[in-house]
Amino acid sequence: MKPAKILAWVAIAVGIIYFFVPLLGTFEFSLRMRRGEYSFDAYGSVFSDAAFRATFGYSMLMALFTIIFGMLLVVPTAYWVRLRLPQMRPVVEFLTLMPLVIPAIVVVFGYLRLYNSSSYIPFTGSIMGTNILLVMSYITLALPYMYRSVDTAMRTIDVRTLTEAAEILGAKWPTIMFRCIFPNVMSGVLSGAFITFAIVMGEFTMAALLNRPAFGPYLQLVGANKAYEPSALAVIAFAITWLSMGLIQLVTRFSKLAPSRA
Amino acid sequence: MNAASSPIIDRRTVIDWLGIVPFMIFALMFLIVPTLYLVVGAFFTPDGHLTLENIAGLFTPTILSAYWISIKVSLASSLGGALIGFFLAWAVVLGGLPSWIRSSLLTFSGVASNFAGVPLAFAFIATLGRTGLVTVFLRESFGFNLYSTGFNLLSFFGLTITYMFFQIPLMVLILTPALDGLKKEWREASEILGASTWQYWRMVALPILWPSLLGTSLLLFANAFGAIATAYALTGSSLNIVPILLYAQIRGDVLHNPNLGYALALGMIVITGLSNILYIWLRMRAERWPK
Repeated sequence: MKPAKILAWVAIAVGIIYFFVPLLGTFEFSLRMRRGEYSFDAYGSVFSDAAFRATFGYSMLMALFTIIFGMLLVVPTAYWVRLRLPQMRPVVEFLTLMPLVIPAIVVVFGYLRLYNSSSYIPFTGSIMGTNILLVMSYITLALPYMYRSVDTAMRTIDVRTLTEAAEILGAKWPTIMFRCIFPNVMSGVLSGAFITFAIVMGEFTMAALLNRPAFGPYLQLVGANKAYEPSALAVIAFAITWLSMGLIQLVTRFSKLAPSRA
Repeated sequence: MNAASSPIIDRRTVIDWLGIVPFMIFALMFLIVPTLYLVVGAFFTPDGHLTLENIAGLFTPTILSAYWISIKVSLASSLGGALIGFFLAWAVVLGGLPSWIRSSLLTFSGVASNFAGVPLAFAFIATLGRTGLVTVFLRESFGFNLYSTGFNLLSFFGLTITYMFFQIPLMVLILTPALDGLKKEWREASEILGASTWQYWRMVALPILWPSLLGTSLLLFANAFGAIATAYALTGSSLNIVPILLYAQIRGDVLHNPNLGYALALGMIVITGLSNILYIWLRMRAERWPK
């Protein structure tokens, strides 16, 4: 065996140890709740907790709104920039990458100062307003991923020809947008949606500082107060991330298999 | 011909620009203005006078040490992540391993780079905490007490190891395409000219790769610097890093000066901003090569 190949196997072995031991450790710990034997008691305890169901449901709902409103913002913008404003492309792309540069905690700090109950736009003055602000903060966080996946999908279709064809057939703007552009970039929309889902479900900072009962702050609270449930929750959270990423792979694969009708 | 047919700005241009108004309003309201508000606020006193006191206030021992620990953790986890990530990416691209290892590694990296926040802290407590799997295993099998060596998960070292769980996969994901870009011909050419493997790496491959390597390390640095959830769930508020200090400041004005909080936020933006600007610059350099 060549020395390079041995070194390669060593690198992989180190990687496997580093990545699998914590996952194994978490899973093993989550089974230890009953003294002296392995059991799924910790999971039972988690699932029967009313706060788990409430916060999980709340975060799912917020994720859904984030995906819907985020895509309603991102898809038309990406479409419009490609079709009519190519000169604005660098600006829009730069703005979509900004959330990776400005830490989330700084952004939410700004919200709390700017949109508090004594300001001109008192988002945090009511529960509904705070929920809306939370969804907006999630859209901001997910913006880099949503924009990139939609824009990549849009690169593979000829936006101009599709639009002209639809216009010749007498389609109005809503028809072009929702029956022509959206279905054609569905793979990008879905990829962006799944990664957004993974981000929102685990997000802590925004929800904690806006004081909303989301899954992230609940996780932190359980972590500070219980012994075995946190591990069970970590396993569940890892499964959610894995599921989201798996779905992205599936979507990408299907969109490649589908015959191109362009 | 009336005046309306030759307006200064024609109708189509107006419609063109109207199309991105919703996005621009969103970006202004939820990204630009909140950030600028803090940046500007950092230069004012609470009653509205221009001042540099807040910035000077950053150079007090507590805040300086918070920045210092944050920088150390981010630097250590980004360098460690870059090193291990580089070897992993190298192993699957150039190490001659079966191709299924490459695809599994890339898939796993996609998942692991997104597995951060509170659950990641739980995973490491369950593994390296006082009753964690590895700690117990070492004690019962080898009689080795990890915690008697001065190791503590709730410390600089523990946080660094934990952060590397999302840093390494990120490095693998970004560096694999860069390694794919190393042409076989370069290797062959240097071998024909009599270069050893070491000389090839030192004089050909690394000079080409270093912008990607350094650039990605900077990205990892910024990534770790802004992270809070993992650290907060792992250490509570016992470890004095900048995001946790800012979190406490937002919650309860622990610095007793709201505008000093703005300066703290400004410091974070400057550090993550600088590392990102450098990253973009290095990336542009890196893209010059493979063509």
